[in-house]
Amino acid sequence: MFRNQYDTDVTTWSPAGRLHQIEYAMEAVKQGSASVGLRSDTHVVLATLKRAASELSSYQRKIFKIDDHLGIAISGLNADGRVLSRYMRSECINHSFVYESPMPVGRLVCQVADKSQVCTQRSWKRPYGVGLLVAGYDSTGPHLYQTCPSGNYFEYRAMAIGSRSQAAKTYLERKFDSFQSCTLKELIRHALLAVKESIQDGELTSKNCSVAVVGRAPGGGGKGGGEIDKFTILEDADIQPYIDMLDAEELPTAVQDEDDEEKKDAPAEPEQQHQTQDGEAAGGSGDGGQEEEGGGEAIPMET
Amino acid sequence: MMSTSLSGQRGREQPSGAVALDSSAIPAMTLGTPIVAGGESSCSLQIMAGPATRTLDPYVVGSSVLGVKYKDGVLLAADTLGSYGSTLRFKSVERLRKVGKNTVVGASGEISDFVYIMSLLDELTTLDYCWGDGKELSPKEVHSYLNRVMYNRRNKFDPLWNAVIVAGVHGGESYLGVVNLIGVHYEDSHLATGFGNHLARPIFRAEHRVDMTEEEAIRLLEKSLRVLYYRDKQSINKYQLAKITAEGTQISKPFALTTEWSYTAFEDPAKVAVGTW
Repeated sequence: MFRNQYDTDVTTWSPAGRLHQIEYAMEAVKQGSASVGLRSDTHVVLATLKRAASELSSYQRKIFKIDDHLGIAISGLNADGRVLSRYMRSECINHSFVYESPMPVGRLVCQVADKSQVCTQRSWKRPYGVGLLVAGYDSTGPHLYQTCPSGNYFEYRAMAIGSRSQAAKTYLERKFDSFQSCTLKELIRHALLAVKESIQDGELTSKNCSVAVVGRAPGGGGKGGGEIDKFTILEDADIQPYIDMLDAEELPTAVQDEDDEEKKDAPAEPEQQHQTQDGEAAGGSGDGGQEEEGGGEAIPMET
Repeated sequence: MMSTSLSGQRGREQPSGAVALDSSAIPAMTLGTPIVAGGESSCSLQIMAGPATRTLDPYVVGSSVLGVKYKDGVLLAADTLGSYGSTLRFKSVERLRKVGKNTVVGASGEISDFVYIMSLLDELTTLDYCWGDGKELSPKEVHSYLNRVMYNRRNKFDPLWNAVIVAGVHGGESYLGVVNLIGVHYEDSHLATGFGNHLARPIFRAEHRVDMTEEEAIRLLEKSLRVLYYRDKQSINKYQLAKITAEGTQISKPFALTTEWSYTAFEDPAKVAVGTW
């Protein structure tokens, strides 16, 4: 990697006015597998791609519930993410204890950002190597925030972080206009389609992705008021129906959607074909080891 | 009783060094003023030397605060007296105070402790403002916060000697709650502290409705205040009224009520009250 004489210390400026250690920490976020977040007027949805350290290991969890109204998806160093999630959990429970009300999402995010910033200004510390997508619902409605190791934070209507997140971002940028009025189901679908764009090889399965939702319960009063759909993580069997729905509904939706041009249709059709191929392969040879490989065939589809 | 047994120990000359140290140390410390009156309490409190630093008795105190929900929000009422024992010492104490835009707290009990409580609440309001996100504590949150503060202080055996009523409107909902010096807290559609619990709440129970108009609610409060003024020695005819609606908060200038002292029951009150003079 490119090195220079000004990057050994977090607190040392380069003559160009940069803090290289912090930039490296930002790179750590981009090394992590992708996380996607998006929101409607009522809900926020997070979606992540999970990695398994080896063929034998389980997939690393990347979505953490912080409180009933709040959760995070992380990209970067998982261990650093757990430290921040523990901090957020304790802030939330303290707020609930003192005020008997849920912590405002924006304020918590700001506190996390302030905590991250301290690490960029102390010679004996290192910046966190993790980026968070924070999804929450409070008295001012649904919110999606991103935090960085640099101590910056932003609020978004849709955002993606992590490796190959640009592909997901492109999807989101193309579609975000329609998110506001989406139903929860549609929002989850968009989240999965976006995160799917960031897959390097293999395909979207209930094993390598997880989704989380939070928002206003149906009929749950006005903006920010009343009952909420508590932060819920959907993975494994719970997310399978939504993944199936992607394949099943891709064609009809594409037909319905007017501004969905051939570009959208194109990947949809081969996907259907692929699905049958895959089914045959699995049913026929029963070659378990090949399943991952079978996923590899997805690459040509994405182009 | 405790000090005699301890000095008895000292006279006996303990053989063990550790015990001897203990028994000589404890009587030495009891030379300081015992913290708990009566001196019969556990020795852990007696070990602390020096004068008591907590409130043993309230000194300058306010009397009842009344609160009722009505059609458009909540009304609070209190007089402006800070009495020093039986002396009507301070006659312009504002016992109803704003917290943020949509909450008012009213306190009876020790005035200095209420000033401290207000400094805590004002700090929270300032902090909210500094966040710059337009959020403010809701009445329910203020009440919850005060519950924690009051109960925490009572657990230190150093209570804030007040009963505080929290009233407000948030998200179209009226809120009315109370917390006292030992941390007891509850909500109701009408509330009173101190003497008001005995003299005003029976009237509220009989006549209060949550769908009262503002005029009706004020008339009910005035009626109750008048009864309190007739029967509560620690009250004066100088009141403030706080109105909290969705539009905001108003605390009135002090005003007086008309009174009627020519009732026959008032002519010779001792005549029918056995045991008084």
